[in-house]
Amino acid sequence: MKRIISILIENKPGALARVVGLFHQRGYNIETLNVGPVFDGSYSRMTVTTRGTESDVEQITKQINKIIDVIKVSDLTEGEHHEYEFILAKFKHTDKILKTLKALNGKIHEKNKEAMVMSAWGSSSEIELAIKTIGKTNLIELVRSGSLGLHEGIKVLKI
Amino acid sequence: MKLSGGDLLMRALKDEGVKFIFGYPGGAALHIYDSIFRQKALDHILVRHEQGATHAADGYSRATGKPGVALVTSGPGATNAITGIATAYMDSIPLIVISGQVQSHLIGTDSFQETDMIGISRPVVKHSFIVQKTEDIPRIVQEAFHIATTGRPGPVVIDIPKDKTDPSILYTYKRKKEISLRSYQPRVIPHPGQIKKASKNILSAERPVIYAGGGVILGNAHKELIALNKLLKAPVTNTLMGLGAYPANDKFFLGMLGMHGTYQANMAMHHADVIVAIGARFDDRITNTPSMFAPNARIIHIDVDPASISKIINADIPIVGQVKESLAALIKEIKRSKIKMDSEALESWNIQISEWRQKHGLDHDRYLSQFKSQMIAPQVVVQELYHATSGNAYVTSDVGQHQMFVAQYYHFNKPRRWINSGGLGTMGFGLPAAMGVKLAFPNQEVVCVTGEGSIQMCIQELSTCLQYNLPIKIININNEALGMVRQWQDMNYGGRHSASTYSDSLPDFVKLTQSYGHIGMKVTKPSQLRKTLDKAFSMKDKLVFVDVYVDPNEHVYPMLVAPNGSMKDMWIKKNTKA
Repeated sequence: MKRIISILIENKPGALARVVGLFHQRGYNIETLNVGPVFDGSYSRMTVTTRGTESDVEQITKQINKIIDVIKVSDLTEGEHHEYEFILAKFKHTDKILKTLKALNGKIHEKNKEAMVMSAWGSSSEIELAIKTIGKTNLIELVRSGSLGLHEGIKVLKI
Repeated sequence: MKLSGGDLLMRALKDEGVKFIFGYPGGAALHIYDSIFRQKALDHILVRHEQGATHAADGYSRATGKPGVALVTSGPGATNAITGIATAYMDSIPLIVISGQVQSHLIGTDSFQETDMIGISRPVVKHSFIVQKTEDIPRIVQEAFHIATTGRPGPVVIDIPKDKTDPSILYTYKRKKEISLRSYQPRVIPHPGQIKKASKNILSAERPVIYAGGGVILGNAHKELIALNKLLKAPVTNTLMGLGAYPANDKFFLGMLGMHGTYQANMAMHHADVIVAIGARFDDRITNTPSMFAPNARIIHIDVDPASISKIINADIPIVGQVKESLAALIKEIKRSKIKMDSEALESWNIQISEWRQKHGLDHDRYLSQFKSQMIAPQVVVQELYHATSGNAYVTSDVGQHQMFVAQYYHFNKPRRWINSGGLGTMGFGLPAAMGVKLAFPNQEVVCVTGEGSIQMCIQELSTCLQYNLPIKIININNEALGMVRQWQDMNYGGRHSASTYSDSLPDFVKLTQSYGHIGMKVTKPSQLRKTLDKAFSMKDKLVFVDVYVDPNEHVYPMLVAPNGSMKDMWIKKNTKA
C-alpha cells in the first residue's frame, strides 16, 4: 500500500543523496519526492511516497532514522493526515480540461492559440484523475511537486 | 599558536588518543604527510596497498576496541580503501578513514586522481564528512570519532581537499568539551517494561537458548553475558562474530551456530521455546529459511540498532539498548523476580543437548586419528595451532574453509581474540588485520590463519611486516584450490571445478616469504606438523610463514541444507544428512 513518509533532515550538502541512496540500497522504490528548507533553513522537510507492507515501511523508517543527518522521521499514513500535490501543466485546451482543473483550485498562468499553462492542486488521487482527463493527446508538458504531507490535528513533526 | 590544516588534523587525532595511522601517500595527501613528518605523537605505518591500510586499522580496532585510523590519497587511493571500509561497515567496526581530495576548485572537473569519495563510499559508511573550511577540521575529527564509536559503531570517512591543508593557511586549534549533534542521539536506555517482560519469559522457559553475537564484543558486555548465564544455566551459542563473547570451554557453550555451526547449536535453536538474541542480527547465514526458523520460539532481541530488530525474524520482545546496560538491567530483574526456572525442564533440555552433541557434535578425535595417515586434515592444523599457542593467541583469518575450521576448532575463551571478516567475507583481510593487532599487542602471539587463495590477495603486506618488524605467524592451509568454492561445486554442481583450481601455478610460498626477508617453512606430512609449528612459534622475533599442504578433498561440516531448509536440516558429512 501507498505510504507517505515525512523526514526532517539537516540542510547540508549530500544529505539528500543519503536518503535517496538508502531507498535504492535497501531495495525500495521512491514514487514521489519533495524537499525544501523550512523554518530557519538549517534543516529541510522531505515528503517521500513509497509502496510496501507495514513491515517494509517499518524497516524503511528505521533505516532512514539511522542516517546521521536525519533529525526526525514519521510515517504519516499511520494516522490522519493531509496530503496534497501541486502540478503545472501545459496542454492544448478544451473546456473539459479547464473545468476539471478549475475544480482543483486551478489557475491560468498563460493562454495562447496553441496551448495553455495552468497550475492546480489536490489530493494525489484527484491529481491522477485530472492528468487522465487532460489525456495523452492534449498534454504537452507536465511537472508535479510530488506529495506534500502534514499530520492532522495537534500532532507535529518539528525540532 | 596557529596551525595548518594538516597540523590541526594531527593535533585532533592525537587528542582522540590515536597511536597509529595506517596509510599510503599521494599528491592530494602530501600536505598531511608533511605534517606527519613534523610530529612525534603518532606513528605512521606505510602499507603496500590501501586495502591493507583499512584492514590493518580494522584489525587494530577489533583487538583493542579503539577506532583504527587509515589515511589514503584521492582517486585510486580512495577506491582501493573501499573494500576495507565495506568490511568494517558490515561488522560494525569503528574506523576513521581520511582521504585526500583534489583541490576544492578542481572538484567536478575530472581532474587528475579525482574521484567522488563521499559518493562512492556512501553505502558503506556510517557517516562521511567533506572538509569545506580548514578551521572545521578539529570539530569534524571529533564528531567523526563520536559517530564511529557510539551507538552501533561503524566506519566514518573524512574527505579533505588539498587546499584545506595548505601549509600557509593557519588557524587556532580548538577542541569542544562535549559533542552533541541534534540529529544523532545514540544513547538509549533499555525500556524497563520490556526488561521485565523478557525476564518473565526467560524464567518461564523450558528450552531456552542464548544466541549471542558480535554486539556483545563490540559493547564490551562479555562479563555481563557470563554473569547472566551464571543465573540461568542455559545453553549458549555464539555467532561467527561473537566467538569469544562466551568462553568456549564452558560446559554450557554449544559452539558456533549457523551455516557451519555445530549440530547441537543448530538443533537447540530450532527446538528452543525461548531464544534470547543478544547483539546478533539474524543473518541469512544463521537463520537458513526465515519462514522455517525456530518454529516454537518466542524471540527476545536485544540490540542497540532498532533497525536490526524484526528485520529478518520478528521479535516478540524487542529491547533497544546498549548490550551492556540491557544485560545489567536483565540480570537485576531476574535476581529480583519471584519466578523460578523449572529446573527439571532445564535439566532434560540440557540432557537432550548432550545427546545431540554426542551424536553429531564436532569430532575432534576423528581428525586426530587421521593424523597418522598420508594427508593432513585441515581441522588438525587448527587443533595443533590451538595446542602450540595454548589457545591464547590473537587469531586473524581470511575467508573460506580455513576460516570455518578456525571458528569450529580454535576454542576462543576471551573476546577480541578472533578477528575475521564475517559480514562482507573479505579475502585478503587476515594478514593486514594481523599487522594492526601485532602493533597494538607486540608481546602477544598473533597468528593469521589463511589459505593459498586468500593470502595472495594482500600478500604484498609481507613487505610492511619487514619494515616495521612485525613477527606474525602465518599458517597457510594450502589445499591448492579455492576450497569453499570447490566444496559448493562438489555439492551442487556435479563436481565441475569451474575456475577454482590453480595447483600448477602456485608460487613457492617458502621462497616467496624468504624473498620478503622472512622465514618460510613447508609441511606436507602429518608427522612434521607439530614439530614445524613448535619451531615456528619458538622464533619469537621472526615472521614465519608455515605452508601446510592439506587434504584437498576435505569439506566443512556441518552445513545447513539450503535452499528450503531450516536450522535442523544439516549435512553432517559427505553425502549424509542428519
